[in-house]
Amino acid sequence: MNAKSKSRWNIGIEVIMILLALLFLSPFYFLLANSVKSFGEILSDAASWPQHFMWSNYSSAWKLARFSEAFRNSLIVTIISVVLISLFSAMAAYRMVRANNRFNRVLLLLFVAAMVVPFQTIMIPILKVVNVLGVNNSFLGLIISNLGLSIPMAIFLFHGFIKSVPLEIEEAATVDGCNPISAFFRIVLPLLKPMLMTIIVLNALGIWNDYLLPSLILQAPELRTIPLATFSFFGQYTKQWDMALPALTIGVAPIVIFYLFMQRYIVEGIAAGSVKG
Amino acid sequence: MRGSKLSQFGQQAFFVGPALLFFTLITIIPFLMGMYYSFTDWNGVSGNVSWVGIDNFKAIFTNDPDFWSSFWFTVRFTVLGVVLTNVVGFFLAYLLTKPLKTRNMLRTIFFMPNVIGGLLLGFIWQFIFIKGFATMGDVTGWSFFNLPWLGDATTGFWAIVLVFIWQSSGYLMVIYIASLSNVSKEVLEAAEIDGASRMQVLRNIIVPLIMPAVTIGLFLAISWSFKMFDLNLSLTKGGPFKSTESVAMNIYNEAFLNNRYGLGTAKALLFFLIVAIITVIQVRVTKSKEVEA
Repeated sequence: MNAKSKSRWNIGIEVIMILLALLFLSPFYFLLANSVKSFGEILSDAASWPQHFMWSNYSSAWKLARFSEAFRNSLIVTIISVVLISLFSAMAAYRMVRANNRFNRVLLLLFVAAMVVPFQTIMIPILKVVNVLGVNNSFLGLIISNLGLSIPMAIFLFHGFIKSVPLEIEEAATVDGCNPISAFFRIVLPLLKPMLMTIIVLNALGIWNDYLLPSLILQAPELRTIPLATFSFFGQYTKQWDMALPALTIGVAPIVIFYLFMQRYIVEGIAAGSVKG
Repeated sequence: MRGSKLSQFGQQAFFVGPALLFFTLITIIPFLMGMYYSFTDWNGVSGNVSWVGIDNFKAIFTNDPDFWSSFWFTVRFTVLGVVLTNVVGFFLAYLLTKPLKTRNMLRTIFFMPNVIGGLLLGFIWQFIFIKGFATMGDVTGWSFFNLPWLGDATTGFWAIVLVFIWQSSGYLMVIYIASLSNVSKEVLEAAEIDGASRMQVLRNIIVPLIMPAVTIGLFLAISWSFKMFDLNLSLTKGGPFKSTESVAMNIYNEAFLNNRYGLGTAKALLFFLIVAIITVIQVRVTKSKEVEA
């Protein structure tokens, strides 16, 4: 095939892909355009560009759905969970690689096996455990559950990564009088940065978007995360699209902005996480 | 601590202890409790839990058409969802590894739906199916848009499949892109010089070389679609008349709506066994098809 027909072929592909991308984006157009229309205008024509921009839709939805509270709650739960998942998993995986005894090998098998267990299989007893611990209806209960559910996969990914980290650097540090704990925090942890980013990004997306687990643990309205606040608001204002759509836009915006800024890490993280998995 | 040597046990406890503690509390113990409760009549509220032997499992197998219709729904959904998301994801990846000018922007767009959680996505699409499609139907006159989307069993099923593809293909695209960019340029050029057509290169060279990515792509898609809950809840809530209820939702309803926690855990255990068996078979089969370049 000559160069000319090849480049014409590529232009054809490019045009088709751009059209396909517009089709992929069209739900966002419907969402955004209709979120600033009056109720009557949405009913009469949901496809056109808005004639009058009703920005007040946004301020009403923001207040009624208590989004400032929900946003803060989502941030607290996501950040604390992700930091602890990353830290505890890196520590455990490090020890399991460096002390490769029978106990730790069995433990690794357990973690891998746990990755196959669907959340729905253990969700009912998890609630019982959370109740017995007395952390029901609290961020603490949700964070503990997030840790227990996300640690297996994080350990599995770190375990594969740490195996490729050379032992010599740590040994040199130990000779220089570093104990294993400070050797881990000062020397090993910084070397784990690529895999750390993967784990942070994958867990941050998963926990931020999670609906089922928080809906089971958090009952108090003031504890609602963004998916919970959106769900309850959408339930109250079903078919009242001039309220529901701005609320959805507000709910979606933080994660889309996060994605656009962190895109490189997210995409690399997924590729790295899946290849190792 | 500096200078003094930590005992092996102390190190094990310090490094592995926290992870093991949370894992035990939230995964191991609930899993074991679930096995126990599946043989009881636990209702979630009262302290009275009595052993009923295999009654729950008997009830599921002999007297629970709703569970089996949700199971059949999930199987159909999984088969279609897994095949279509992987095919779409692969072709997006295949075309977006060509030297296109807008390549990076296109990748960004196709992945975008994936960062939004299933619940919010489902609500956005609820609006599109109800109002957006109606308007498009008026504008274009196509009867496709005027179907009772979300309103009956068949179209409700396809609506969930459609949104699932929209949501998940981008993720699989990323995995296939990573794998495709590892296929050596020399092999492809050699094939081209030997006169192989595009389809031949695709079928006989590219697909065999990216089998590891196919293993992962199928694994992920099976696990997502089998466990699908959020999309189901936000699009159809399982309706009309439970016709679009997934297994995950059936388990949820059994426990939290009907307050039959014992029966719910029995279903959940059965669900785990089915997922585990399917996953093991799938990984075995596709792994055996992997080749070395």
